Amino acid sequence: MSDPMRVRATEKDGIVDVKILMKHDMESGQRKDAAGKVVPAWFINVLNVKAQGKDVFNAQFGPAVSKDPFLNFKYKGSKGDKIVVSWVDTKGDKRTDEATAS
Amino acid sequence: MNKQRRDLLKYSAVFGLMASAGLISTAQAEEWNKAAFEGKSLDDVFKALGTSTPDKSSAVTLNAPDIAENGAVVPVSVTSSLKADQIAILVEKNPSTLAAQFFLPAGTEAFVTTRIKMGQTSNVYALVKADGKWAMAVKEIKVTLGGCGG
Repeated sequence: MSDPMRVRATEKDGIVDVKILMKHDMESGQRKDAAGKVVPAWFINVLNVKAQGKDVFNAQFGPAVSKDPFLNFKYKGSKGDKIVVSWVDTKGDKRTDEATAS
Repeated sequence: MNKQRRDLLKYSAVFGLMASAGLISTAQAEEWNKAAFEGKSLDDVFKALGTSTPDKSSAVTLNAPDIAENGAVVPVSVTSSLKADQIAILVEKNPSTLAAQFFLPAGTEAFVTTRIKMGQTSNVYALVKADGKWAMAVKEIKVTLGGCGG
């Protein structure tokens, strides 16, 4: 249904730097279409990141997060950590992608 | 040696370890905080986050451009020297004030970068919760092209 995320994780000195680019319109509910009708809100609102099965990052978004949301955070980890990113949007759509820390 | 007693000791040791590693006690907020995201003003959001107006603190840094040419994509970065377990980004003049809230378990650094939308020139607030207390940093970002309507 939705396009895959781009997840990149690089380890340096025991800190894993994780960058995530999600593909989502993040419709704010403020915008009007060509016919002047309000486009209903539709955005990712919950995101969870696990490394080696353990929560390392949780986020909640409002409609004010940009289209194709970008996230960058850092956690204490090591090379080869399996990172699993999953989000849920306001329509209940889900998407999970994985990456390995390098 | 009493076998049962040995086993019990073993189990309690395992549970103790799990609890201290945060495996049992992580009651992370999975549920979307609707009240906070529907807040229309700073005070609404502060209240939903369970605080009064937080103190401004130099321990919180909000990195963002002074002028955003495109309000639809404003890069913001929050860092803190505090041991933060939550970070929130608020835009005062947006239709809904709270843009995003982040939950950081132990081991995750007090740092986050994301991109937000801004309808117009406004103060942006970076809130950091550490030791049960919120602290904040404020910065005005000028927007030349709004990113909400259109």
